[in-house]
Amino acid sequence: MNDGKAKKTVPYTVPIGPVHPALKEPVMFTFEMEGEVVKTVDFVPGQTHRGIEWMGMRRNPIQIVHLTDRICGICGIVHSLSFARAVEKIAGIQVPERADYIRTILHELERIQSHLLWAGVAAHELGFDSLFYLAWRVREQSMDLIENLTGNRVNYAIVQIGGVRRDISDDQRPLIEEGLAYYRGLLDQMAKVFLEDSTIRMRCRDHGLLSVDQARLLCTIGPTARASGLNMDVRQDYPYCAYGDLDVKATLPPGGAHGDVYDRIIVRLLEVGQSVDIIQQCLDNLPAGEILWEQKMAKILATCKKAEGEAIGRVEAPRGECMHYVRMDGNEAPASWKVKASSYSNLMSWIPMLEGEQLADIPIIVASIDPCLSCTDRVTVIREGKPGTLTKDDLTRLSREKTRRLLA
Amino acid sequence: MSETPHLTPQQIIDLYSAEFGIGLKEARINERGEGTQKRMSYDIWLRVDRNLLRPAIQKLIGIRFPHFAVIAGNDLGTEIELLYIFSVFYGAKFGEYMVTIGISLPKSDLSIPTITDLIPGALFSEREKQEFFGITVTGIPDGRRLFLPDDFPQGIYPWRKDETGIPPEMVKDLWAIDRPANRPAPPVPEKAPDAGEKTSEGETS
Repeated sequence: MNDGKAKKTVPYTVPIGPVHPALKEPVMFTFEMEGEVVKTVDFVPGQTHRGIEWMGMRRNPIQIVHLTDRICGICGIVHSLSFARAVEKIAGIQVPERADYIRTILHELERIQSHLLWAGVAAHELGFDSLFYLAWRVREQSMDLIENLTGNRVNYAIVQIGGVRRDISDDQRPLIEEGLAYYRGLLDQMAKVFLEDSTIRMRCRDHGLLSVDQARLLCTIGPTARASGLNMDVRQDYPYCAYGDLDVKATLPPGGAHGDVYDRIIVRLLEVGQSVDIIQQCLDNLPAGEILWEQKMAKILATCKKAEGEAIGRVEAPRGECMHYVRMDGNEAPASWKVKASSYSNLMSWIPMLEGEQLADIPIIVASIDPCLSCTDRVTVIREGKPGTLTKDDLTRLSREKTRRLLA
Repeated sequence: MSETPHLTPQQIIDLYSAEFGIGLKEARINERGEGTQKRMSYDIWLRVDRNLLRPAIQKLIGIRFPHFAVIAGNDLGTEIELLYIFSVFYGAKFGEYMVTIGISLPKSDLSIPTITDLIPGALFSEREKQEFFGITVTGIPDGRRLFLPDDFPQGIYPWRKDETGIPPEMVKDLWAIDRPANRPAPPVPEKAPDAGEKTSEGETS
C-alpha cells in the first residue's frame, strides 16, 4: 500500500475469453470491475467466423441445405428449415402436408433436447452437478428419438428442398409416443427440482435483469424476450409448417415477468412441456401422402436454377427467431444469402444484464440467454497492477463458492 | 407509444404510398400458406428512395414498434442494395407480418445514416454491413469490426462481387492442403504409399 501517484485505482479491467474449448462460438469479454461489481461490459464476437454465407454464394441450393446443417451443432434443423423454406418460396415449391408435419415434429424434438441441454449447463454453472447429470440423462431420450427418426444425433440431414428425406413409419410412432410419455411424467419433477430449490432461487431471482423495454429496443428474441414479458414467438405470430393448424401460444412467465435468470429457467422448462403437446398434436393429425415435392434431385436442382426472386425463411429456433434471406437470379448459386441466427439478436442483451452484477454471477448470466457459447475459459485479473490468470475452473469455483456462502 | 390498431398488409402499403408518394419505388406482398389449413403468412416488401430510409423506419415505428431482425444486402453491380428486415404486430395470433425496407446506394456513395438512435439493437447489423459491404454508417456509436478479425486486410469486403471482394489468392482450398510441415510427427507414422522403404525404428506392421 504505497501512498502516491502510482496507486492503481478502480475500475479494474477483466478480460474473459476468447476461446472455450468445449462450446462453440467463442467470444471475448472485457469487464471493467469495481471490486466484485461489473461496471461496464464489452465483448467481441466472431472468433470463429467461417464465412459460410460466402461459401454458400458459390454452391447450389441442394448443397447449401447440407451446409446449413453444419452452421450449429445443437440447432440442427432450424437453419436448414429456414433456408429450404426461403428457396421454396422463391421457386414456388409446394411442400407436401405430411412433410410439413414431420418438419414440425423434428423441430420440436430439437427444442426439447436444446432446452434440456441448457438446463444442464445452467445447473452446472450454479454448482448443482447432480441436476446437471439428471438433465443430460433425460435429454438422451430426445436424442435417441432424433437418431431413430433421422439417422443422426447431430447434423440430421432430414430437410430437403421440397420436403423431408425420411418418413415416419408406423413402427416409429409407438417410440415417439413412448418418448412423449416419458417427458410428461418427468416434467413436474424437473420443475420441482429447479424451481423449488431455494439455492437456485437465491442465485437466479433478480439477477441478470432485462426489462421489457430493453428487450424490445435491443431486438431480443426467443425465451430471453419472453422471460422479460415480450409476447413474441414465431410459432404463434407467423404461421409456417404445421403451426398454422396448431394452437401454440407464446410461453410467458406465469404471474408476471421479472426478466431475470429465474424467469428464463421457468420459460424454458414450460416450453419443453409445450413441445411435447405440439408433437402429440402433430402425431394425432399426421396427414398421409408424399414427403417430398419431387423425388429426383436433378429436377429439384433444375427448378432452383430457373428460380428468380427473393424471400425470407423464418422459424422459431430454441433460442428465438432464426431467419435466412435468399436472393436467386437464375443462376445455380444464390446471388445473396444472409443468415441471421438467434444468438445474433440476443447477444446485445448481455450488456444491461451483466452491468451491476458480481464476478461470480457472470457464468450463469452469460449462460442464461442460452447463447451458442459459454465462454468463461481463461480470465486474466489485473489487481494492483499484477496480472494473474484465472482459468475456467477458477471462475466456476467462484460461482460455486457463492452458492455455498448463500447456503451457509 | 401510440398504438395503431392491427392493419392488413395492404393497409400498411397504403399508408406508405400516401406518405411517401413516388419516393416509394416498389411495394408488394408475398403470401404463402403451409400445413393442412394453408393459413397465410405475409411478407411485405417496400423499396424506397435512399433519403427516405429513416422516415420509412420512423413510419413503421409509428404503426407499431417493430422487431428488427437484420440488414441483408445485395451487390447488384453498380449499386448495393440494403434490406432492413423487420416484423410488426408480433403477439397477435398469426397476425405478424415481415416488413422489409430496401434502399439502393450507388457504389460511388456508400453512406447511410445510423438507425441505432431509433432501434439500439440494430448496432450489430450496421457494424456487420460496414465490414462486409464497405458501407459507411454515419453516426454509428461503435464503428469497430464485428466478426472479421483485426488482421483481416483493409479494403476487402467479403460480400462484394467486384474487385474489392475476396481475391482468389485469399481462398484456401482446404481439400488441397497437405499436412502442415511445421507440426510434430504423428504418433503413428502415416502409411507410405509404397512399401519399398523401411525405417530402422521398427515400425513394421
